Amino acid sequence: MLKISDLKVTVDGKAILNGLDLDVGPGEVHAIMGPNGSGKSTLANVIAGRDGYEVTSGSVAFMGNDLLSMAPENRAREGVFLAFQYPVEIPGVANIALLKEGLNAARRHRGEPELDALDFLKLVREKLRLVEMKEEFLYRSVNEGFSGGEKKRNEIFQMAVLEPRLAVLDETDSGLDIDALKIVAGGVNALRSEERSVILVTHYQRLLDYIVPDRVHVLAGGRIVRSGDKQLARDLEERGYGWIDSSAGAATA
Amino acid sequence: MNSAVKELGELVGREYKEGFVTDIEADTLPPGLDESVIRFLSGKKSEPDFVLQWRLDAFRRWQAMEPPDWAHVKHAPIDFQAISYYSAPKRDEDRPKSLDEVDPKLLETYNKLGIPLEEQKALAGVAVDAVFDSVSVATTFKDKLAEAGVIFCPLSEAMANHPELVREYLGSVVPQSDNFYAALNSAVFTEGSFVYVPKGVRCPMELSTYFRINALNTGQFERTLIIADEGSYVSYLEGCTAPMRDENQLHAAVVELVAFKDAKIKYSTVQNWYPGDEEGRGGIYNFVTKRGACRGDNAKISWTQVETGSAITWKYPSVLLEGNHSTGEFYSVALTNNCQQADTGTKMVHIGEHTSSTIISKGISAGRGQNAYRGLVKVLKGAKQARNYSQCDSLLMGDRCGAHTFPYVEVKNPTATIEHEATTSKIGEDQLFYCRQRGLSEEDAVSMIVNGFCKEVFRELPMEFAVEAQKLLGISLEGAVG
Ligand SMILES: Nc1ncnc2c1ncn2[C@@H]1O[C@H](COP(=O)(O)OP(=O)(O)O)[C@@H](O)[C@H]1O
Ligand SMILES: [Mg+2]
Repeated sequence: MLKISDLKVTVDGKAILNGLDLDVGPGEVHAIMGPNGSGKSTLANVIAGRDGYEVTSGSVAFMGNDLLSMAPENRAREGVFLAFQYPVEIPGVANIALLKEGLNAARRHRGEPELDALDFLKLVREKLRLVEMKEEFLYRSVNEGFSGGEKKRNEIFQMAVLEPRLAVLDETDSGLDIDALKIVAGGVNALRSEERSVILVTHYQRLLDYIVPDRVHVLAGGRIVRSGDKQLARDLEERGYGWIDSSAGAATA
Repeated sequence: MNSAVKELGELVGREYKEGFVTDIEADTLPPGLDESVIRFLSGKKSEPDFVLQWRLDAFRRWQAMEPPDWAHVKHAPIDFQAISYYSAPKRDEDRPKSLDEVDPKLLETYNKLGIPLEEQKALAGVAVDAVFDSVSVATTFKDKLAEAGVIFCPLSEAMANHPELVREYLGSVVPQSDNFYAALNSAVFTEGSFVYVPKGVRCPMELSTYFRINALNTGQFERTLIIADEGSYVSYLEGCTAPMRDENQLHAAVVELVAFKDAKIKYSTVQNWYPGDEEGRGGIYNFVTKRGACRGDNAKISWTQVETGSAITWKYPSVLLEGNHSTGEFYSVALTNNCQQADTGTKMVHIGEHTSSTIISKGISAGRGQNAYRGLVKVLKGAKQARNYSQCDSLLMGDRCGAHTFPYVEVKNPTATIEHEATTSKIGEDQLFYCRQRGLSEEDAVSMIVNGFCKEVFRELPMEFAVEAQKLLGISLEGAVG
């Protein structure tokens, strides 16, 4: 599904990712953990195609295609979804309007007919239930006046509607109380499938109690310094990132 | 607006066949302005003598005036002697026979706007329908309106058939010497509309008209007068799409509204005159005076404007709140792209007690566009408990454009409540990226964000007009990013 090789990225001339490798197969859920500032969001943004990140070497292949040469909207239409760490507010633009445009753009891209207003409404209502959101959120401006938790839920809701092949969730758990965390995790779990891969970016182990990953990677110094199964996340929780830092550069498991 | 205009086209076409305009010869005055020109204009329409005298009086006043220099716009001085003040419609044989003969670029814009073919023909001057040049052909839905007792006709017709109304109200809101361009208009106006809604009548339809500038080097000077008698209601729409043009053209219209006790007037404009090319060549100079007077208690006048066109826009639709509890509203979207300049806003003059006004202004600047909001809220001594709420938001795209806000407040009565909010924001890279991450193209993302920014204004527009306005914003911003 996603194959990242020797990815090096600089921001304003500063090296952030220094030769990162990652291979995510279809249907797999990978967790990427690491301390603040280790480059997790940078990785997520580079996958999604945000401006301001310079890829100085390496490659990112998505379904066998060169992702880095694609415009952000085409990545999205091909099935790359980013749940933002900080979802932006867009005053005056209804949540439902943005989603409808986005979904229909993807459908056109895939040669499918656009959904009409009625079918679309049916679809979004069903997906709202998944994250236990009220219908009024559809008609409110995108993220405007949403609480932190509502914003994160809205991201998962959008993911549910757009049905991506690869979802990158950037700290979707941060700022959530335990109930909201369970709802979000439930939504993500419901969307797990053979054809859908998920990258969970987090720096808490907590989320992984609810969304059990196939692989866990630790990002430090701009590279994956350790990989393992869900036990690795538990070890990290107990021993802290310092434990990894001191052994950074060691071969990854 | 589309269906209304189509109906208008059909109706006008019919009237033409009936000989409504056949007696008009295609003729154009040579450039220049003196009293003989004014006598010619007046004679052309067989105007009553009081109108001719009124024009001549305005002309003498205008000659003593100087063009305003306070607006935040720059242009070379205008040579008023280089303008031709009369141009009649072309004869059929000089007009395009079909859309095949029309500038493809213009057609492309029509298509993007989703204008139906029949209406495109009307707009492009094909066949014999729609307003052409200085001569207004448009008076619509006559039967229905007549039934309701509403008078809606070209101003020239009103001068002939309802001289007492014209004499009473012409210049009663915008005096001849109000400003340089209003004075010029008073001297040389050619056409425009007249509306009178009798007491207690709710006008049974939205009144609409298209104004277009077509003949090269011909300034257009419409004058519109709308009177809503006690307890009546009227909604008037004005919209335009101008053809490509290479020379600067002056457009100096005057609109006067009078609303009596309990009457409501809603006046909506979508202005899309030719803005000039990317380098600022060509484009319309749009110097307009629009003002309404709430002459009775509980009267209400509401201006909504979407200004996307013109090289220069200079326009301040205003309301004189004379009656107690009367209300004035101004909702505006002004967009400047490339080298466009806009200096627009409103004046709300609170005279009666408990008068209230609302100002919502949305300025969008892209390219090297310069956008100024200029607004005056004036509360006179007798205006007890007056209220105003003003909100002026500016959206910048790129870093070569400018947004400026000039709010003036003069309060002579201490019981007034004045609220003013202003924001300036840049269209966010993060907003754009967010939309693109959801699958929207960059242009669609810009269009969606900008339309969201303007939402409070668009919802004041009649439905079909709102749709057209949204598309217009998208088209006007093409190439503004990326
Ligand atoms: N747009 C940016 N401009 C400047 N520095 C940035 C930018 N984005 C990220 N960085 C820097 O890159 C490093 C990694 O940031 P980030 O990817 O956000 O880390 P994480 O998500 O792991 O907390 C930090 O030092 C951060 O300051
Ligand atoms: Mg981060």
